[in-house]
Amino acid sequence: MSVPAVEVRDLEKVFYRRKGLVGRRPRAALNRVSLTIERGECVAILGQNGSGKSTLVRLLSTLLLPDGGEARVFGYDVFRQARVVRRLVNRVSVEASFFKKMSAAENLSYAARFYGMAPSETRREIPRILERVGFPASRRGEAMENLSRGMQQKVALARALLTSPVLLLLDEPTTGLDPRSKQEVQTFIREMRERHDATILLCTHDMKEAEELADRVGLLDRGELLFLEPVADVLDRYEVDTLEEAFFVATGRTFEDEKTEEDEEREVFA
Amino acid sequence: MSSTSAAGDVTQAFTRRRVVRDELIGLYGVVERNVYLTKRYLLWDLAFLLWTVANTLTIVFIARGVGVGAAERNALETKLLVGGVIWAFLGIIFEIVTETVAWERWEGTIEYTFMAPVSRPVHLIGMGVYAVLYGLVRAAAVFAAVVAFIGIHVPHANYGAALALLAIASISFIGVGMMTAVLPLVSPEKGTQLGFVAQGLMLVVSGVYYPVSVLPGWMQWVAKVSPATYALRGNRRQILSGAGLAWADVWPLLVIGAVSIPLGLAVFKAGERYAKKRGKLKRSG
Repeated sequence: MSVPAVEVRDLEKVFYRRKGLVGRRPRAALNRVSLTIERGECVAILGQNGSGKSTLVRLLSTLLLPDGGEARVFGYDVFRQARVVRRLVNRVSVEASFFKKMSAAENLSYAARFYGMAPSETRREIPRILERVGFPASRRGEAMENLSRGMQQKVALARALLTSPVLLLLDEPTTGLDPRSKQEVQTFIREMRERHDATILLCTHDMKEAEELADRVGLLDRGELLFLEPVADVLDRYEVDTLEEAFFVATGRTFEDEKTEEDEEREVFA
Repeated sequence: MSSTSAAGDVTQAFTRRRVVRDELIGLYGVVERNVYLTKRYLLWDLAFLLWTVANTLTIVFIARGVGVGAAERNALETKLLVGGVIWAFLGIIFEIVTETVAWERWEGTIEYTFMAPVSRPVHLIGMGVYAVLYGLVRAAAVFAAVVAFIGIHVPHANYGAALALLAIASISFIGVGMMTAVLPLVSPEKGTQLGFVAQGLMLVVSGVYYPVSVLPGWMQWVAKVSPATYALRGNRRQILSGAGLAWADVWPLLVIGAVSIPLGLAVFKAGERYAKKRGKLKRSG
């Protein structure tokens, strides 16, 4: 029997905002979220800022500890077997996040060493992978601070690819990119699935992107997973024509609606 | 739960067979990254070195104002110089080890580093190894610059023994540095500055510019558990009179090192757990 790539059961995460000198006000970033992702699947989770998407990604990346529930990656407990899980997972987030004075090649070397790649391997692999993501060879030695946002995101993709993850967590990887860079990132995501048999969890608020790339689409709203189904099933269930309309019917709000104070607080943490 | 997936089987075999190799490569990676950063910030580092030399000179010139004979003045200058150099060495170790978190948080890379499969002890020890190597080179440069500038005579200095003692003391310094490295995890805004508090507290009781005997009784007791006490005492004898490595300085340093490294790791682990519980790794404040 095949073990699911991701199994999340009743996962809870609460953050606290200080209130006065000793008081603390809790805000649930994730509220008993359960989901399963099969190996090789691409699942997109939609949601506004502060809906809990990044919290879910951070929990699966071993960067947060939960307040309840459990999560497994290829059968391994994310919180008790974190070191094994870290070998299987990598992540690309909205911020490219590099040492800005170091070059693309130096930043990739640093990341690769933590995954056990020796200098002889990185000398061979880094140029190959940078070429694959369309990064010009002539700029490998240039400091990251001199690269455009699109170029930096290519290096972020190369960093993820370098460690051969079997589960790729993508947290708004195309937010803020120009249309061409966005297209390149989306092509890369398709390639990762087709060539590397990678399982992908894509968190985004771009509904079109979710529809184009994912086998199933979920909606996370104020920490609760309202649905996780193929797009056609979502549209049927809510008797609407677009995911945006489905969001409106499911939540009673539009994506652009003004946020409450509680939403603003949640956005800071989740 | 036993995994039947291909990913699971591969991972288990991979972990068993290659864990030591991978950890050593991880350690090398930390040192290598710091070398890259030092190259990129070389001019800034040289400016900071100049500041340290000026600071040490300010201290050493105090001896010039004391009305004593030339030989006594030379001895006093040397004692102050050793104090200044060790202060600077300790400052660099604390700064670099504390940057394990602070710098990565500033660059935004902290989450990628903390989700990588390298173990935290290897990560921290890698920072410590680089800090000691860089700190020794820097301490030697400060010492040479001040000796040349003031014209201090240290004809009997046993530099080999002094470096060896400093290297032994570094084990303890790294352990204490690991404890302070956790502070930016707990408080992104003020944690780094608190690292300097630890450095200051350690040196005030260790006799950096004065003998420990001038301190109040309770501070002399605290001095006994400070590794800087033994490094300063030993280094002064080695530079002034050419003494070798004294077991009386070495064994306390080994004992403090054997306690401070595991304690430092435990403190860091507790801090990391707190940060993961409260979501503090994310904040870039």
